[in-house]
Amino acid sequence: MLDRSPQEMQDQSAEATRPVAFRGAGFAPGGSRYAGWIALALVIAVWQLAGSAGLVNPLFLPAPSAIAVAIYKLAMSGALWQHLSWSIMRIGTGWIIGTAAGVIVGFAIGLSTMARGVGITFISALFPIPKIALLPLLILWLGIGEEPKIATIALGVFFSTAISVYSGVDAVPRNLIRMAQSFNVPFHAIVRRVIWPGALPSILAGFRITASVALLLVVSAEMIGAQYGIGAFVLQAGNLMQTDQLLAGVVILSLFGLAVGRLINLLETRLLHWR
Amino acid sequence: MDLIADHISHRFGALDVLDDVSFAVRAGEIVAIVGPSGCGKSTLLSILGGLLRPAAGVAELRGTPPAGSLNPLTFVFQDFALLPWNTVEENVAFPLLHAALSAGERRAVIDDALRRTGLLDFRAAYPKQLSGGMRQRVGIARALAVRPAILLMDEPLSALDSQTRELLMEDFVGLLADGAMGAVYVTHNLEEAVRLADRVVVLSRRPGRIREIVTIPMTRAERGAPDARAQLAALQGELWSLIRKEAIDAEREVQHA
Repeated sequence: MLDRSPQEMQDQSAEATRPVAFRGAGFAPGGSRYAGWIALALVIAVWQLAGSAGLVNPLFLPAPSAIAVAIYKLAMSGALWQHLSWSIMRIGTGWIIGTAAGVIVGFAIGLSTMARGVGITFISALFPIPKIALLPLLILWLGIGEEPKIATIALGVFFSTAISVYSGVDAVPRNLIRMAQSFNVPFHAIVRRVIWPGALPSILAGFRITASVALLLVVSAEMIGAQYGIGAFVLQAGNLMQTDQLLAGVVILSLFGLAVGRLINLLETRLLHWR
Repeated sequence: MDLIADHISHRFGALDVLDDVSFAVRAGEIVAIVGPSGCGKSTLLSILGGLLRPAAGVAELRGTPPAGSLNPLTFVFQDFALLPWNTVEENVAFPLLHAALSAGERRAVIDDALRRTGLLDFRAAYPKQLSGGMRQRVGIARALAVRPAILLMDEPLSALDSQTRELLMEDFVGLLADGAMGAVYVTHNLEEAVRLADRVVVLSRRPGRIREIVTIPMTRAERGAPDARAQLAALQGELWSLIRKEAIDAEREVQHA
């Protein structure tokens, strides 16, 4: 028979007790919802105070209020939307072309021995080249219109996408593929139902990187040869020493980047809810 | 339908893993494969299930699978191999997506598999929301859905805690009791082997050769009786005596590798 009792009683007559010291604190950083915004507001407030008090030369660093006024005037005049729409058109077209090609090539490398042998060699050789350095060559090939700018963005997006896609395919647990094979699931269904969702976290992480790459390249390309676009606007403002407008362009770029990041967050929430 | 291992040998590069292994699993029979770590138990199961091509020999089927069997040789995996982006129901439905079944038949098959494994209330849950034992139940439900002739079970309980293992062991005994399905049960746990199997294939350390094929001298019903524990423990002891020295040698080999 088992010797059973509801719980062990403390021996009151024994030596005095002391609590065990807690040693498990730290190494578990948690996210605070408002801390980042509060810090940002504080920095902007200090910046504004410094500008208003005349501590900073507005030619070198205009106050946030001056930048806000510049953005308002740009929006009212319609110039903001004109520049922004050109940039969005270039980014959107280049990103879609580069992403489509990168996904196809990435899957081919992830699934085919021959494509892997050839593809990884080419990607390793070409990925490190700063794509903006190819813009003059692309202008020679494609003319001075939109094509070379879009091609530069597409090239920049392509390599990062291809790498993130084949890394994602490689990271799909092999046991899941073997499980599907053990049930005689056809190849195309394994790709669609096992490999694609398994690689999706890596692909979406790649999208986050390629969105930044596209933004960087569109600004660079517009600075080299464009009349309209946020990059061209920032360059013109700099040449004219209109630093409030220059920083207005930078703020708009930052807001655009934030919006794209938020969009990718939404995609992740929707598509990776199972994680 | 019988499953036959016919002079199977295998090597990974220069490493000999299996050497001339031959035995047969007859229809409805449960055969356990035991042996020291690294003796090629799981490799042998992969070869038997057609997931690995042997270096020599062949895995063969004899006879026809039962009517309605969608996947006569069906694995139950040690790590469950569930699709984390699919719900319990979707995981069970996964092998049926390309089967020639009407929507109604598919629904009935899924419901039956979920009912038999006690998962009806968890059909909308995702694997991450389930305990290890429940996840393995999903793996078993998925296997049952394709009405296998022989289950190929690769240490299906080894990733679970002892209490969950005990509960699932009882489920296995119940599921396999009627002899409708056979099973090849790879395990390093001799207690599981003697409780479940009709015969036990004992492999030597690497390269795995058949050291002995032991027939359990009790029926499945006798093994389920409350007073069978002592006899099962004695059988387990006999099996352990067969592999103890090789297990020690294999462990030392692993430590020095």
